[in-house]
Amino acid sequence: MSVNCDIAFTLNGVPRRLAVPADMSTLELLRDQLGLTGTKYGCGEGECGACTVLVDGASVNACLMFAVDCDGRELVTVEGVVAGATGQRLRDAFVASGAVQCGFCTPGFMVQASHLLGQGRAGGEAEIRRGIEGNLCRCTGYRKIIDAIATAAQGGDHG
Amino acid sequence: MAEVAAVLDGIARYVVPRTLDEALGVLAAGGVSILAGGTDLMPQARAGRVRLQPVLINIRRLPELTGIERAGGGIRIGALVTITALRDSALVRERLHLLWQACDHFASDQIRNVATVGGNLCNASPAGDTLIPLLALGASAVLAATGGTRRVPLGEFFTGPGRSCRRPEELLVAVEVPEPPAGFAGVFCKHGTRPALDISTISLAVGARRDGTVLRDVRIACGAVAPTPIRALQAEAVVEGRAADAATIAAAAQAALADIHPISDVRASDWYRREMVRNLLQRALSHVGQL
Repeated sequence: MSVNCDIAFTLNGVPRRLAVPADMSTLELLRDQLGLTGTKYGCGEGECGACTVLVDGASVNACLMFAVDCDGRELVTVEGVVAGATGQRLRDAFVASGAVQCGFCTPGFMVQASHLLGQGRAGGEAEIRRGIEGNLCRCTGYRKIIDAIATAAQGGDHG
Repeated sequence: MAEVAAVLDGIARYVVPRTLDEALGVLAAGGVSILAGGTDLMPQARAGRVRLQPVLINIRRLPELTGIERAGGGIRIGALVTITALRDSALVRERLHLLWQACDHFASDQIRNVATVGGNLCNASPAGDTLIPLLALGASAVLAATGGTRRVPLGEFFTGPGRSCRRPEELLVAVEVPEPPAGFAGVFCKHGTRPALDISTISLAVGARRDGTVLRDVRIACGAVAPTPIRALQAEAVVEGRAADAATIAAAAQAALADIHPISDVRASDWYRREMVRNLLQRALSHVGQL
């Protein structure tokens, strides 16, 4: 067992203070300790993007981040993303475009897409493809996911 | 006994130093794992490839390890600078374009946002993306310890797969890159099964300066073809001071085969790696000759 460490951070806009083992991942903190299961465990080594969250506004793989390193930072998970206007636009566009099949990769894509939209990096198909290269989907073949992100970037859910 | 073993298997102490001196003091006491971005440390620890030490030191809050700036004829890049920050830097894009290209091809957005150049260097993978252009550009690692600071050229820094000459009590604080001569241009390319998130089967950084019809200051570095990233010195010598014509390019590609020592592994056979170096080096040299 590793030593417990006190950390304080903001999670989806709410200040949190708790103790975590020093070797725990941020993904385990979110899912197992805080019950936020929207963030998925896919590969556990940063290859699939299913655990993508925002840390201080940048997208990261929660499985690769030590939970102790959340101290003093601002985390936003998919639950926080869909509570905002961009997240709602993305969710509607994913549904309208049929970009969700089994759904396991969807939270990671939603968070990464919100990061791209927030940075103005969803200006065309090539840019979107580059932006989601860290997210794997085994169902859709990406076409409809790219369409959904492009639709959301244009400001609507019906293109 | 079970309790002792449990303590040895876990992290007994977590430290977040606020100054470099404080960090070096912790390192001097020994038994420390260094955490920066964590994108290599976490999966390696989980897979059992790296054993976490009793003390975990998080160096992310050290101001001395940040920033990209011109300093004394070179460009100093703090060890904590992320790949995204390198990619967003106008100075890197304009003056260290070989490095910029490698950062643009590095892993994925999520990993670029967190992974640091210092972590990439200390992980010392023969395929590490930033290592190849930094080696070609003649960069040096700046290593600090309580006893003082030393500079090690990257050609001497890497000692084997996953190994460097950094001593356990030393911290990589920065990498210093001499400014390339005016007109220096280059190409970084890597080959794998997909463009993103793939460990290179081979990678190349090729740079030179056009002087009339000939190339000078020729630099060729190769990844994933030897136990460490290497300079292809024999290939460089073939091209230096010559025009990048078909005969010179073919001779350089042939000479590079004597510079490299590839192995067969899960990603490719040694034969395939030689053929990829021969072909991609010809393509890269031809491209550099036209830049």
